Order: sequence, then C-alpha cells, then structure tokens
Amino acid sequence: MQNSANKLNADDDHVYNPPKPGRLSKPKKSRKKQDFWVIIGFLAPAMVIYALYVIYSIAMTFYYSLFEWTGIDSTLVFKGLENYITLMSDGVFWTSLQNNFLLVGASLFTQLPIGLIMALLLFSPVKGMRFFRSVYFMPFLMSTVAIGILFIYIYDGNFGIINQFLGQIGLESWQRGWLGNEETAIWAVIATVCWQFAPFYMVLFRAAIVGIPEDLYEAADIDGASPRKKFIHITLPLLIPTIITSSILSIIGSLKYFDLIYVMTDGGPNNSTELMATYMYEQTFTNFNMGYGSSISFTMFIIAFIVTAFIVLFDQKRKGAN
Amino acid sequence: MLKKLRQIPLYMLAIILLIFTGLPFLIMVSASFKDQMEFMSSPWAIPEEFSFANYKLLIESDFFRFFFNSVLVSVISVVVVIILAAMASYPLARMKFKLNRPLFLLFLVGMMIPIHTTLIPIFLLTKNLGLYDTIWALPGPYIAFALPVSIVIFTQFLQDLPKELEESAKMDGCGHFRLFWRILFPLLTPAVATVAIYNFIQIWNEFVFALVLTNSEGNATLPLGLREFYGQFSVNVPGIMAALTLASLPLLLVYLVAQEKIVKGIAAGSVKG
Repeated sequence: MQNSANKLNADDDHVYNPPKPGRLSKPKKSRKKQDFWVIIGFLAPAMVIYALYVIYSIAMTFYYSLFEWTGIDSTLVFKGLENYITLMSDGVFWTSLQNNFLLVGASLFTQLPIGLIMALLLFSPVKGMRFFRSVYFMPFLMSTVAIGILFIYIYDGNFGIINQFLGQIGLESWQRGWLGNEETAIWAVIATVCWQFAPFYMVLFRAAIVGIPEDLYEAADIDGASPRKKFIHITLPLLIPTIITSSILSIIGSLKYFDLIYVMTDGGPNNSTELMATYMYEQTFTNFNMGYGSSISFTMFIIAFIVTAFIVLFDQKRKGAN
Repeated sequence: MLKKLRQIPLYMLAIILLIFTGLPFLIMVSASFKDQMEFMSSPWAIPEEFSFANYKLLIESDFFRFFFNSVLVSVISVVVVIILAAMASYPLARMKFKLNRPLFLLFLVGMMIPIHTTLIPIFLLTKNLGLYDTIWALPGPYIAFALPVSIVIFTQFLQDLPKELEESAKMDGCGHFRLFWRILFPLLTPAVATVAIYNFIQIWNEFVFALVLTNSEGNATLPLGLREFYGQFSVNVPGIMAALTLASLPLLLVYLVAQEKIVKGIAAGSVKG
C-alpha cells in the first residue's frame, strides 16, 4: 500500500517537474517496453517448444508416476507414492541401477584412457597418421543400431569372429555365445560401447592438445626435458579441464544409456544387462505399466540431477581452489 | 637408427588401435559382398568373388524409403533448430533483463535430462496432436532436445562479437529484427556450421523417439528400418551386412570430404555442451 502511494507521489513529481531533462526519459521508457517485446519475440518460439516437450513432459512424468495406469484405457487409479515404494523393493530395478553404475565406471576407465592414447598418437611422429586418424574416428559416425546389429554377429556363438579366432589359437574352451551368457553379456556390451565412444573422447582430447601453446614445449626442450617429462608436466596438467568435461559427458551419458543394450540384448539374458532406461521401456511399452514406468523414468531424472549437481559443485570448488 | 627402433612400440600401438577400430568395418563390408553359401563356409574371410546381389536386394526393398524419411526429418529438424536457437540466443547474449540468467540456465539444464524422462508424456502428447505414427511426430522432440546445446553455442559466440555492431546499427535506425538477421546472423556462420554438424549426426542416428513415436514400416527412419531388416532376414547375414554398410555410408562419405569441419564441430558441440 505504502509502496504504491510512494509510486503515485513519484509520478506526481514527474508530472509537476518541468519537462526539460524529462524529454529523454520518455523515449527511454517506451524503449524499455519495446525491448520487452523484442525479448519475448526472439525467445518465444524456442521457449514454447522447449517448454512443451521438455519441461511439461518432466512434470507430467512425475504426475503419471502417482497412478496405476495401462495407458490404453482412461482409468487412472491414484496410488500416491506407492509406485516408488514398489520400485525400492524391485530387484530388477536395483540390478539395472547397478549396471548403470558399472557402465559409468567402465566408460571412465576404458573410453577416456583409450581416447587419450589415440589423441596422443595423433601427435606422434608415426607416418600416415592422417589415415590412422580417419579410421580411428569412424565408429562414432555409425548409428548405434547399426553397431548393435554388427556386434551381435561378431559375438555370435556359432560363426562369430571372436569364437572363430579363439578356435584358431586353440582356445576352444573360451568359446561361447557371448551375449547369451549371463556372465559375459554385460562385458560384451560394455566393450562395444567403448568401441563406439573412445573415438569421441579422442576428438575432445585432440582439440585440447592443439590448444596447448607451442612455446611451452619449446621452453621445455631448451631445458632438455624428455617426452615423458613433457607429458607429465605440461600436457597432462593442461588437459585436466578436458578430462573433467569428458568425465561429465561420460557419466551423464552412461546414466541414460539405452540404444545399444536394447538392440543387442534387450536387457537379457535374465535381466543381466538391464539398465534403468531399458527397464523403463519394458515396463511402459511392453507391459503397459505407464504409472510404474513413469516412476522409473522420474527416478532416472532425479539420479541424473543429483549426479550433475554434485559434479558442478565439485568443479566449482576446484576452480575456487585454483 | 636408434630413433627408428624407439618408434616401434608407437607403431605397434597405432596398429593395434587401427585393428580395434577398423576391423568391424572391414568385416561388415566384406561380408556384404558374399552370398549366403560362401558366408556359411567361411564367414569372415575376404570374399572370393564380389557379388552385388545383396545390394540389389536392398535397392528393391524399402531401404530408400527409410533413407528418405531420415533425410527429411534430419534436415527439417536441423534447419528449425538453427533458426530458433539463434533467435533465442540474441536476447540471451546481447540484452540485459532480469530473467536472462535463469532462462539461460533453464536451457542449460536440458542437456543433462535423460530423454526417457520425457518419453511417456511426449508419446501421449504426440497421440493427442494426431501425429502418432507419422514422420511429423519426430521433429518436435528432436528440436526440443537439440535446443540446449545449440543455444549455448550461439550465445557464447554472440557474446564474443563486438558491442559496436549494435551501436552503429541503432544509430542508423536499424531495428532489432533487421539488426539480428542482416548483421549478426551472417557473422554466426562458423557457429551455425558447428550446430548443424553436431545436431545432424545426433538426429540422423536417433533411435528412441523413432521407436516410440512411429509404428508402421512406411514411417521408419534408417535406424528403425535397420532393425526391421534384422528382424526380417536375420538368417541372411550378408544381406544385413549390406544394409548396415549402405546405412552407414552417407555419414562416412561426408566425413571423408569434410573431416576437419566435422571433428571440430563435434569437439566444440560437446565441450560447450
């Protein structure tokens, strides 16, 4: 109330003041109004699509997760948080969560180092590096579905190339249907994921290495530093931001991983390769448990959110420390 | 001589990685030129005789339908993303207003969101819009999920352009709309290339939305079509290998031509993302 009274007064003042400096303030005001419409006009198209497909959808996923619902008929039975309680005691969900974290670990400790080694090789005096580089990068351009189908045949129990190779070097006892075996399926898939994504990290590391100023190496050469020393004291420390970025990408990517597993094993055999995303898909679109499926997907969102927030906080602390 | 000797491990490592990355491609291409008999007797050897029968079979099938669908969906989505993201980045990068930072962060958060969290509502939304099982179901979610990265790239690029551009344009009485499209947008070309390449690869290979939002074979994109092939003639392995080869060819060819650009585009797209 008081505020508005003050405002009124201010306006009154404005009216009674002689309009000599005020001449400027009037266009300024309408300019601000104009700016408002410009901002809306430029942002609205993107905002509408983003709000509809992303923000609204996340909210609705939470809403649906409170119901029991087949998605086919229109009867939604309100269940409160019951779906989440069921989820907490669902063994398959825990297996899938465990597999997701296994994938996170495997990605960090295989894709990143292999990517880094590839990137370093690109700067080594190996002849024909252009050719090597072209081939190294190719897996990343292939669609995940194509990769999945190709590797199904590579891992095949009868004529797969891996078994043929093992047969030739006399390791017949190691032969097996790699994807049909509960013990090996997850590792076979992880190796394929590594094949697909190591080149991606190679590209990131390569871009970072190119960015390292040449004179740092020249100075080290004058001091007579060995290549190994140069790597440890110049290259590696300057790559840390890229290693962190790559780790974030790798962790978040692994938490929402779906395509390859869906194509290669569909979570089987016996749920041994189930991921949160494949389990969610199965519950929703195969078993028509829309409500339960929603609770899995919302849980995925929460986990991804917590992990990202954690990494961002950690990263800011590190930046603050420097 | 000693120097040469020292390089031997280096070469070995390079070649091991070459086999690791390249061998599956070699297997795929070589098997695609065999007939089924030859594949059964020696599945992975180089074919004795190059037969194009499998490719002929593909050309007569729905393959080009899938291909066409993929091209249409990818091109439309990428063009719209470029326009919408560039526009949205203009006020975010060059104007001061209260909600600037929160809105930017809202888009930024989009990059960590698992697609699956939006899958069920988007499925229902698509059905309600009457777009289910048409290729028009796909650009919407593709655009929405490509916006965050694209907006971040454009915003950073726009922020680095000199302020004087606007000042001189405003002196000439040029409005925001003309200022953006005539002066700023042409300067965005390098960022547009990055956004286009990065998103095109993602969308061209996208699988989950295509799986959930379309159903009939006529509306399948390439990744979905490949799975269709796999289901249809899983016995005819060379046939499937030919399909995989043909489906992977477009991106690989483009890559051979514009290698540097693509690699840079991916690096920039992901790091900024």
